[in-house]
Amino acid sequence: MNKITSLADLKKMKDQVQNRLKMRENSDAVETLVQIKVGMATCGIASGAKDTMNFFVEETSHQAIDAVVTQTGCMGFCYAEPTVEVTLPGKEPVVFGHVDKAKAREIIDRYIIKGELVDGMIPMNFKTIHD
Amino acid sequence: MSEYNMQILICGGTGCKASESEEIRNAFTELLNEYGLEEEVQVVMTGCFGFCEKGPIVKMMPDNTFYVHVTPADTEEIIKEHIVKGRQVERLLYRDPVTKTVIHDSKHMDFYKKQIRIALRNCGFIDPESIDEYIARDGYQALGTCLTERTPEQVIDEIKRSGLRGRGGGGFPTGLKWEITAKVPGDQKYVVCNADEGDPGAFMDRSILEGDPHSVIEAMAINGYCTGATKGLVYIRAEYPLAIARLKIALRQAREYGLLGTDILGSGFDFDIEIRYGAGAFVCGEETALIHSMEGCRGEPTFKPPFPSESGFLGKPTNVNNVETYANIPVIINKGADWFCTIGSEKSKGTKVFALAGKINNVGLIEVPMGTTLREVIYDIGGGIRGGKKFKAVQTGGPSGGLLTTEFLDTPIDYDNLTAAGSMMGSGGMIVMDEDDCMVAIAKFYLGFTVEESCGKCAPCRIGNKRLYEILERITEGKGTMEDIDRLQLLGNVIKDASLCGLGQTSPNPVLSSLKHFRNEYLAHVRDQSCPAGQCKALVKYTVIEDKCTGCTLCFRNCPVGAITGEKREVHFIDQSLCIKCGVCFDKCKFGAILVS
Repeated sequence: MNKITSLADLKKMKDQVQNRLKMRENSDAVETLVQIKVGMATCGIASGAKDTMNFFVEETSHQAIDAVVTQTGCMGFCYAEPTVEVTLPGKEPVVFGHVDKAKAREIIDRYIIKGELVDGMIPMNFKTIHD
Repeated sequence: MSEYNMQILICGGTGCKASESEEIRNAFTELLNEYGLEEEVQVVMTGCFGFCEKGPIVKMMPDNTFYVHVTPADTEEIIKEHIVKGRQVERLLYRDPVTKTVIHDSKHMDFYKKQIRIALRNCGFIDPESIDEYIARDGYQALGTCLTERTPEQVIDEIKRSGLRGRGGGGFPTGLKWEITAKVPGDQKYVVCNADEGDPGAFMDRSILEGDPHSVIEAMAINGYCTGATKGLVYIRAEYPLAIARLKIALRQAREYGLLGTDILGSGFDFDIEIRYGAGAFVCGEETALIHSMEGCRGEPTFKPPFPSESGFLGKPTNVNNVETYANIPVIINKGADWFCTIGSEKSKGTKVFALAGKINNVGLIEVPMGTTLREVIYDIGGGIRGGKKFKAVQTGGPSGGLLTTEFLDTPIDYDNLTAAGSMMGSGGMIVMDEDDCMVAIAKFYLGFTVEESCGKCAPCRIGNKRLYEILERITEGKGTMEDIDRLQLLGNVIKDASLCGLGQTSPNPVLSSLKHFRNEYLAHVRDQSCPAGQCKALVKYTVIEDKCTGCTLCFRNCPVGAITGEKREVHFIDQSLCIKCGVCFDKCKFGAILVS
């Protein structure tokens, strides 16, 4: 193990290891972050939701977007799997259908970063008991 | 670099470990391998989450789900449901005791709402066995800043301005203590961490060392820089094996990174820390006794002055601070004294960690700003009294402290208010009592502890407390006289005045304070030969209510000493001269025909 020999070294070290705790730190203030929920029921997984989820995790961390990526159960839109629900801070959640890697990239680049609307949104017309 | 999708945090404090959290970790690791998820889900063993009542606790990240009372058998369901399908396992979620609604994350629990975590900032958040995770949370930044950008005087000034006071119980201003040690000349100085936590029911220091050992190491090094000491010693009781193990790992890692040793961070400052084990004697929490114990002598206190700052370990200037005090230091340096001053009350700044125990719903470890009221701690955070019983009193300061009754429920907790109320801050044990507790018996319990723990050096403590204990014994057996009550008061005050060290000077406090607030209970024991709470066995009388007795002979058959007589279908009778007050007849009777008085 290398010794840390100066304050600058220590700061560099901190930057290197900080990512490890990012998930835990973010989870304390989810409302202020981009929340991405990937539908991971059987239908979702069969349509490749796992790859979509991994892509979101890697890409958000790669682009340094403060996002919390979680999996969730079946949203009911089985015809449009994989489905992904994205909630920007202070905005209503939006559900996207048929999210493969290409679509995921479009969602990140256009909707999450620039706030532009993207094709493939599924209109939400139901309420849950939590609403 | 972690590319994990999820993390499972498992509480690895002593409490949760005792309820199989280690097995839970192993089960998770095995199952994750089985499901091929080991690359995606990371399992982390952390320090104490504080909510020990609900342990073992498992937290799921990133969605921050908080599972309570988890057993190794539940791990498969958590993996199948939560991790694979993304559905929370509802039966393991926390349920609000009042509204009965499910709360899935800690932020919305009353237990956590009023807490501010400074000393416990990393407990339950990082893996205490990973220095990298500590560094990721600004670890060792404070030490780096002090060593390279500030003079010792500037650092001491910052600590003084923060208003931090000793968290071990005394409440002495920490900055001032450092300044005194710094000013005393000496070829070798020492920095000591007092981890000899001895109050019954207190586990603040243990949890900090188990959950965030690096914060103490970093603070001790800063202290060394300020006072001119190059050697640090942690005095810890051998009965804290987990804390010792984690501290050892942390020390090794700090040395490997060059954060302990010679020329730390290229500043030319040398510092290293050794561990000294205590045998678990309460008196060794007193700093002079602690130092003697470290020197290999008997753990007995000596007269102050000279204070350890002048002549401490091996006769050298020594600065002794408590674990929790140290844990606050890096934060004060990083965030500044001005920030620290915004938290707390006028004369007591910052937060205090309390160990909640006794007849309270949420037993656990909490950290609240100074100035929080007892009511908030007991009812909001602690969830009220167990079984809906009535609150009677709370003992703060352990066996050295006193009772705080209902009239003090709205008193803001800080050093001065607690002293004014006749108790003390102490190290942070808080034992809650309800209507079923007999105050005389409680006083006897605490005094029994000090009698046992007295080192025997000075007569007032050694002999006086023993006599005091005997009087209490007489009273709880119904043999006390009115003179005994006066004698308790007189003798108690003499012991307070004449004892050498803090242990003796505070040992009669539980007696004197219960006499002050619950004199009626003492009088009832002596004058009416009765124990209002029904706790003192000798004063309890079991009799048969003739109208209710059906003569079923159940009590007769179960009485272990044959004190009950009576024929079938006839009223039974308890012979008081034979009765040992075991209560079996009361428990067995199906007709409520046994009267306890």
